[in-house]
Amino acid sequence: MTDATSQIKETISASDVVLFMKGTKEMPQCGFSSRVAGVLNYMGVPYSDVNVLADETIRQGIKDFSDWPTIPQLYVKGEFVGGCDIITEMTLSGELDTLFEENGVTFDKDAADKIREANG
Amino acid sequence: MPMQAQEIEDLLRQTFPDAEIRVEGDDGVHMSALVVDESFRGKNRVQQQRAVYAALKGKMDGAQGELHALALTTRAPE
Repeated sequence: MTDATSQIKETISASDVVLFMKGTKEMPQCGFSSRVAGVLNYMGVPYSDVNVLADETIRQGIKDFSDWPTIPQLYVKGEFVGGCDIITEMTLSGELDTLFEENGVTFDKDAADKIREANG
Repeated sequence: MPMQAQEIEDLLRQTFPDAEIRVEGDDGVHMSALVVDESFRGKNRVQQQRAVYAALKGKMDGAQGELHALALTTRAPE
């Protein structure tokens, strides 16, 4: 197991929700990372952010680990959920709410409904 | 070297010969693709989109990937 792999495993087991992104949740540096972080922030989800721009081995390592070529990548309870398009679809369909509920992740249901109202 | 919509469609067509494929966008960097294929039935979105990325044969890989962003929509036919 490479250092990147063990570091990634440690990170995704240390928090229920982890977002690998370009930039930070306070200052995203890519529109796609910004969109997913924005959804999580707005829904009040507690999550850890990992800035892949700060570490080239993690940037490539997470792509290999997930078998997924793009950033952002969302993990819930150690499981890869998807990238920007999938998270957007799941937010609008309500599947993301269900996923969080099933995994005991707290979030603001009213805020999630507002996102759907605004994009319905 | 950015990729043209036709080039993306041709690559996808090799893997998904019978799919409904629509590639949109014109800057060659930020593109979107819709792929509707029978092979997606019973697969979740991650599995479907992994298959699409595999069909693009590494074009998305690395900092020097030709495609920076491909907005994907995948599903099985209705």
